[in-house]
Amino acid sequence: MTTGKVGVVVFPGSNCDMDAYNAFGSVLNRRVELLWHKETSLDGVDLVVLPGGFSYGDYLRSGAIARFSPIMNEVVSFARKGGLVIGICNGFQVLVEAGLLPGALLRNSNLKFVCKQVYLRTETTSTPFTSGLKKGEVIKVPIAHGDGNYYADDNTIKGLQDNDQIVFKYATAAGEITAESNPNGSMLNIAGIVSRERNVIGMMPHPERAAEKLLGSDGGLVVLKSAVESLN
Amino acid sequence: MSIEVNLKTAQEMGLTADEFEEIKKILGRVPTYTELGVYSVMWSEHASYKNSILQLKRLPRSGKNLLVSAGEENAGLVDIGDGLAVAFKIESHNHPSAVEPYQGAATGVGGILRDIFTMGARPVAALDSLRFGNPEGPRVKYLFENVVKGIADYGNAFGVPTVAGEVYFDECYDENPLVNAMAVGIVRHNRVAKAASIGVGNLVMIVGSSTGRDGIHGATFASEDISEASEAKRPSVQVGDPFTEKLLLEATLEAIDAGLVVGIQDMGAAGIACSTSEMSAKGSTGMDVNLDLVPLRESDMSAYEIMLSESQERMLVVVKPSDEEAIKKIFTKWDLNAEVVGKVTDDGILRIRRFGRIEAEVPSKTLALGEGAPVYVRESKRPEYLDKLAGIDIASLPEPSDYNDVLKRLLSSPNIAAKNYVFEQYDYMVGTNTVVLPGQGDAAVIRLERWAASSKGKKRGLVMKTDCNSRYVYLEPMAGAEHAVVEAARNIACVGGKPLAITNCLNFGNPYKPEVYYQFERAIEGITKACTELETPVTGGNVSFYNESPNRTVYPTPVIGMLGLIEDSAKSLRANFTRENDLIAVIGPERPEMGGSEYLKVVHDTVGGVVPKVDYAYEKSLHAFLQEAAMNGLLHSAHDVSEGGIAVTLAECCILDRDAKLGAKIAMDFSMRRDWTLFAEGGGRVVVSYHPDRSEEVHALLKAYHLPVEILGVVSGDALQINDTIAVKVEELEGIYFGLLPGKFRITAAV
Repeated sequence: MTTGKVGVVVFPGSNCDMDAYNAFGSVLNRRVELLWHKETSLDGVDLVVLPGGFSYGDYLRSGAIARFSPIMNEVVSFARKGGLVIGICNGFQVLVEAGLLPGALLRNSNLKFVCKQVYLRTETTSTPFTSGLKKGEVIKVPIAHGDGNYYADDNTIKGLQDNDQIVFKYATAAGEITAESNPNGSMLNIAGIVSRERNVIGMMPHPERAAEKLLGSDGGLVVLKSAVESLN
Repeated sequence: MSIEVNLKTAQEMGLTADEFEEIKKILGRVPTYTELGVYSVMWSEHASYKNSILQLKRLPRSGKNLLVSAGEENAGLVDIGDGLAVAFKIESHNHPSAVEPYQGAATGVGGILRDIFTMGARPVAALDSLRFGNPEGPRVKYLFENVVKGIADYGNAFGVPTVAGEVYFDECYDENPLVNAMAVGIVRHNRVAKAASIGVGNLVMIVGSSTGRDGIHGATFASEDISEASEAKRPSVQVGDPFTEKLLLEATLEAIDAGLVVGIQDMGAAGIACSTSEMSAKGSTGMDVNLDLVPLRESDMSAYEIMLSESQERMLVVVKPSDEEAIKKIFTKWDLNAEVVGKVTDDGILRIRRFGRIEAEVPSKTLALGEGAPVYVRESKRPEYLDKLAGIDIASLPEPSDYNDVLKRLLSSPNIAAKNYVFEQYDYMVGTNTVVLPGQGDAAVIRLERWAASSKGKKRGLVMKTDCNSRYVYLEPMAGAEHAVVEAARNIACVGGKPLAITNCLNFGNPYKPEVYYQFERAIEGITKACTELETPVTGGNVSFYNESPNRTVYPTPVIGMLGLIEDSAKSLRANFTRENDLIAVIGPERPEMGGSEYLKVVHDTVGGVVPKVDYAYEKSLHAFLQEAAMNGLLHSAHDVSEGGIAVTLAECCILDRDAKLGAKIAMDFSMRRDWTLFAEGGGRVVVSYHPDRSEEVHALLKAYHLPVEILGVVSGDALQINDTIAVKVEELEGIYFGLLPGKFRITAAV
């Protein structure tokens, strides 16, 4: 065991909470605990994970209700103080709804839920989540979402580019950014972004599902590992 | 409120004159309107199995690994060692899906998941066996798109990976799609919950959603033919809420884990009527229920409506009075209702109160399946079409001249082409346990690492698959049903697993037609034969009759859902070739069995002939060989020969891994007509590939199991080349195979 405790928030309807819990706990052998959404304390965790799923059924906009859960007040102030936050899939949607990351996640351009392996090209390594990657390095990580089509206005996009906030783009296995490799219609093939202060990442692909070779790819493990190692 | 009850009222609810007389005899009076409603749903085909139960009792339902017998609990339960058991079951939701495909399919998934977690098991996988009409038809397109979306939206939000299944298209399903949903869950032996209501004085609680006016008489609707009038039955279709189901799952398992549950049953078909009567009948108790205490969506609902409502995401729970507060605390945490609505009594009577009046007072056993519900034997008659179709002269059909073209046409058959368009709408990875993903191997594998305690147990995995070639069953009901069981087992063996047990979903037409009943009887015989031979008992399942419309009856479709176990999930075999220069061989005898083949249907527009026969001694050796070879790491791939014959199997082996397609150079023995050799589906054959260095070991093991084998060629190049008969680039094969369904169903406008 090393330093740093990971907390995985459980919203009603979260369903990748245990997957994240196991990736940090069993695979990376880190201290990890589940944080019930009605709690009002983060219990001293050093890294907050907002997991995938369908919080509150996503019957309104995805993530729109979860951001009002009591624990989100704590998550927001933790993030404002520089604490590390990872939002995966539904967690990314919650972060956007909570205003911790810019833009919006629209319905996939084919109007369908899409579950498949995709390739991500690393756009920046100067984040605590990608320090273990090389710029341009391609990793294989699955997606599973219906609302992953990243959208933002031109100013926001320009801001993301100018500040090196685009972390991952959907790409081919060879690292080319093409329309065919974009599974959901995201602007600029954006798969994940980081906050300006570089401590909050949101990504639609699921690194916790790509943490063991047995399950088809361990390409996502580096993201989780970089994050916990940055805590040391 | 009292509505006059007479024979006409009874018949309108789907009861026969004899059944109405029987009810009057049981009660010694004319039933109230509420009582009549309760009898009509409980005695409907859907709830009572009245026309099938005698046949079902012939199935082999016991075996050394079974922890409960078929029909005893909500789902079958199989011991897998390490103190773990697997609950699994398949059910139909055909009728609702025919009129309201999205909600019909969604609630089919919801219902089968509840059957699993009501036993205390956490669902770890879902499978779906789907059949639709000709995909060119606009109505079929609508049904297909919305059934798939309904399954996806429910399963994805609930958080269960949908890992395998089937999708078939045939004109016989034009008006009657078949939507069969299967769920698999894991439970520790000491956490298994029972569905009996016991302990006089114990409290009866309703937990989960409120009760509304949706789905009233759904069970009765499912017990009649589909017709134009069915559209009017749309209100009989329930509405699903996967978010509430997810909360209900967590709260239910928490309550069971805490030891607070005496008995529990989910509310699906026939709602409160079914759960109260079945739980009481099973516990040989009575129940006194005050419907005024049931959380309602509309406060003015009558006793009749509340009893028959099929509102989803509800459970009936029996608890000790001392545990009431503890149960309420758990369900409140998950923002769910948990209300005491009655008590367990000792008089065997189901007593229902509403607005201070007793609205129903009936002996619970007279309502339940296997107790007082009627049991019928129907007339059976061998259909005339059987001999006619078996006698079709297949030998005189012309041989094709362009075999590249035939292969491409087969790969473009929607029954053969890739189903990524379907399964990529399902989250097949949530839970991070799916080792063999859909489209990779002949069956899905779910690892047990997080469940098992022993190091041996941690390596193990569950293997699962559904199968049924209904064209075979149509042509020869018994042989076709045998084939369904054996193919499921072979698929499980192909990934390296050992078949353990089955669940079945028997989809047929109207049982009052002697020809339909004949198909049903013979299919049961076939399943019995195959399950006895393979020692895979039947743990339960579901019968769906009345899958017919004025125009046609569906092919008899006994879908088999099989569960198996693999000793080391890391050694699971996939179907695709993995390495250049590997040797390719086919295990099994070549047989001139073309009957019912996809080739005859696609190329010669012919449905007929004699379907492939099962050789059990061979199959058992084959399965044992595949398990041993996989665990010893002898093979790189295994894929069974099914629709489209060996040519299609080889093409799939080349292209299934789209990131690493490989060609194959094949030189095979054409001992029969070339089209028969290439496209015959029989013999129970399996195409395997292996490293040349392991060849001696592979063949020694094959010899030890007395299995016939033919070496076909090598993995090589960028094309599939078979003798001088077929040569197509793998890129082209891939484009056809993976492009077909997206091309057919491309969205043109937002719905």
